[in-house]
Amino acid sequence: MNTWAARLDNPISARLRDPAASGFLGIVLGAFAAFLAIPPIEARTVTWPILVGIVAAMLGIWTVTRGRRRLGWGAVAAGILGIGLGILATRSSTENLGSTFDATLVAQTLSFATPLVFAAIGGMFSERSGVVNIGLEGMMLMGAFWGVYGADKGGSWVVGLLVAMGVGALLALVYAFFAIHLRADQIVGGTGVNFLAVGITGYFFIDLYHNNPIANGVSLLPNVHLLSGSNFLAQAIGDLNILTWASFALVILAYIVVFKTPIGLRIRACGEHPRAADTVGINVYAIRYGCVVLSGMLAAIGGIYLSEGPQGNGTFLFNMTNGRGFIALAAMIFGNWRPAGAFGAAILFGFSSALALKLQVYSASAATLFQALPYVLTLIAVAGVIGRTVAPVADGKPYVRQ
Amino acid sequence: MSDPGPSPSPEQSAEAGTLAARLALKQRAGGIVVPVVTVLFAFLMSGIIIAATQHSVRTALVVFKEIFQGAGLNWVFHPTTSLLDISAYNLSQTLLQTTPLILTGLAVAFAFRCGMFNIGGNGQYLVGLIVANWLGVDLAGLNPFLHILLCISAGTLAASAYAGIAGILKATVGAHEVISTIMLNWIAYWTASWLIGAGGPLQVSNNPTNPVSNQVSSGARLPDFWGVQGFQGLHVGLFVALAAVVVFWALLNRTTLGYEVRAVGFNPDAAAYGGISVKKNYFRAMAISGAFAGLAGTLDMLGGAQNYQIGQLDIPFIQVGFIGIAVALLGRNTAIGTLLGAVLFGALSYGSFHGLGSSAVIDPTLANNLTYIIQGLIVLFIGADVLILYVWNSRKKLRRPPGKTARRAEAAAS
Repeated sequence: MNTWAARLDNPISARLRDPAASGFLGIVLGAFAAFLAIPPIEARTVTWPILVGIVAAMLGIWTVTRGRRRLGWGAVAAGILGIGLGILATRSSTENLGSTFDATLVAQTLSFATPLVFAAIGGMFSERSGVVNIGLEGMMLMGAFWGVYGADKGGSWVVGLLVAMGVGALLALVYAFFAIHLRADQIVGGTGVNFLAVGITGYFFIDLYHNNPIANGVSLLPNVHLLSGSNFLAQAIGDLNILTWASFALVILAYIVVFKTPIGLRIRACGEHPRAADTVGINVYAIRYGCVVLSGMLAAIGGIYLSEGPQGNGTFLFNMTNGRGFIALAAMIFGNWRPAGAFGAAILFGFSSALALKLQVYSASAATLFQALPYVLTLIAVAGVIGRTVAPVADGKPYVRQ
Repeated sequence: MSDPGPSPSPEQSAEAGTLAARLALKQRAGGIVVPVVTVLFAFLMSGIIIAATQHSVRTALVVFKEIFQGAGLNWVFHPTTSLLDISAYNLSQTLLQTTPLILTGLAVAFAFRCGMFNIGGNGQYLVGLIVANWLGVDLAGLNPFLHILLCISAGTLAASAYAGIAGILKATVGAHEVISTIMLNWIAYWTASWLIGAGGPLQVSNNPTNPVSNQVSSGARLPDFWGVQGFQGLHVGLFVALAAVVVFWALLNRTTLGYEVRAVGFNPDAAAYGGISVKKNYFRAMAISGAFAGLAGTLDMLGGAQNYQIGQLDIPFIQVGFIGIAVALLGRNTAIGTLLGAVLFGALSYGSFHGLGSSAVIDPTLANNLTYIIQGLIVLFIGADVLILYVWNSRKKLRRPPGKTARRAEAAAS
């Protein structure tokens, strides 16, 4: 009752009155300023981007004066960047813009982001429980190969998915045993897992398929046909892969599990202060095992998307993850060890990949350089230039039960 | 799980002198036993994989024999300098692979000694590679000695500065060096791809569609001392790497800088209490670590490769930073241990590539993957201190009962 009364007295909640809100609004408006100039809105005059950008910068300055300096300057930078990009976009021809920023860009962004979301959420579970998982890359790779194998031998993508999850869980279990019971250094163990996965998938790929890249007629992960037609929405989200939709559900589910359930509280307790968690009767080892195995499963689902999804078409290639596990790790860190944050970062990184693919037509070299963007952004994020990322306190520290 | 720590018992201390001496002995003995057991175990496991997939134990044994011969290690039985002898040629190629591994191993080991994990050896190696290529191509016509010296020192310094970014970030804002070096790895990778990609600044000038860099000028090439010049002979870079091993040892054990670095590695709080600047040493250790990895890149560019192509060098060369982790861990982060570890991994990677490449026993393309499996197992097991100490302790337990019975027999006889 009290809280409701307080809310009636003061309709703007405390959260919105926090200077952080205006800072974030400024950053969003800055992005919007650039967005105005590109399709589907495609304002052909510089007025709108400049106006919106100025509002964003002013919000930023206001935020700075109210104490949140980093966030404020971030909003100012976003506003200025938005104006710059907006002017640039209005200057270039409508044709180029139209073919770069169209509905397929949205679809491709989501497609590139899907494996990253799965692996990043997996990594988040593992790290929230206090185990650093550098081995995400290897677990993805295992999922990519054994997923195709399962789909090929089992005759259905469902079998492939299950096999991938099983193998991912198995590799994660081995890693968990080394990291938790044998107290191996977790970075060393993860590096070992990555090597092992490259070797095992490569070995069995040649042994079972004789280096023949295409498993013909293998059952693929299906797309979900929601809308058909040529309008923007139908092209953007009308024909997404089933795992892309599942990744959206996963983010919501992960948020609920981690922050709204007792089990999530236990996981976070193990990552922040395992001794205290143990004292109140939480089985730290069991929680950590569960989380690492879960991370292996999720990373393997991300991996099977690469080989069995729309980009892979049932093809496995040697070391085909090619650093995506590390991008997922970066997305998780960029997203500050939170499901929504990791999702946002994965979308951002997926967008940069999709844009790089589109830019290939105009300038191949610029497109290549664009691929480095996720890593640069993450480096800036860990350096704490725009809002500091904070890892769980006991992340990476083996726990010895007493 | 048994207690991994040393448990002094009265009978033992009577046998082996003071407590400190016994501890040192145990550590030294454990230090040798651990890597040997790990390597043997990794070979055993991979042997099981071969035997299981090829349905023959004999195949597994033949595979290991062929790796051994492919690495040229049978040269020891009939040493010769004639390259017409296949084992001598193989050995020279193994040592060629070993050269960068020594240096990337030292890079990882140096950071480890300061309590940091430099997982960015690949990125630093690439920076060294690219800078050496750039200067090696652009400054053609310079005095060869000067040219080589300039390329090597510039590449090393650039890589040092690149690794220093991670050191500065750790020292100033506390960013974890593992995360920042992983990011720096991929930034270096994509930047290098851009530099030598179609239309990139360092891309080959006579064929604008070929994503490969120019060859370094002949004056900047490291001379070969074993083998035919220009045909992938063994270049003098090996001696530079061996010198780096000595520098590593002297720097760590005979200088104030090394003392401070080790002190910070043992216990940063205690070091800070003793008046050592922890932040300064984080930066210094990372920069020196990067210098070792960058040196590996410059030597590979001026010696073996001479030009750079993403797809071509990825598999044997780009992984060197990660193999360096295995090398350093196997060598227990000491100078001599790293050297031995590098020889093992050099022999393993060239031996499985070449020895099985022409073999009829198993599919030759399986061989490289087998190397990755063995490397993975070694890294996985070498990190598990508890397991290793458990093995070490149970070995001692196994040995004790016969000793006791012997003593009792002696007592009975007298």
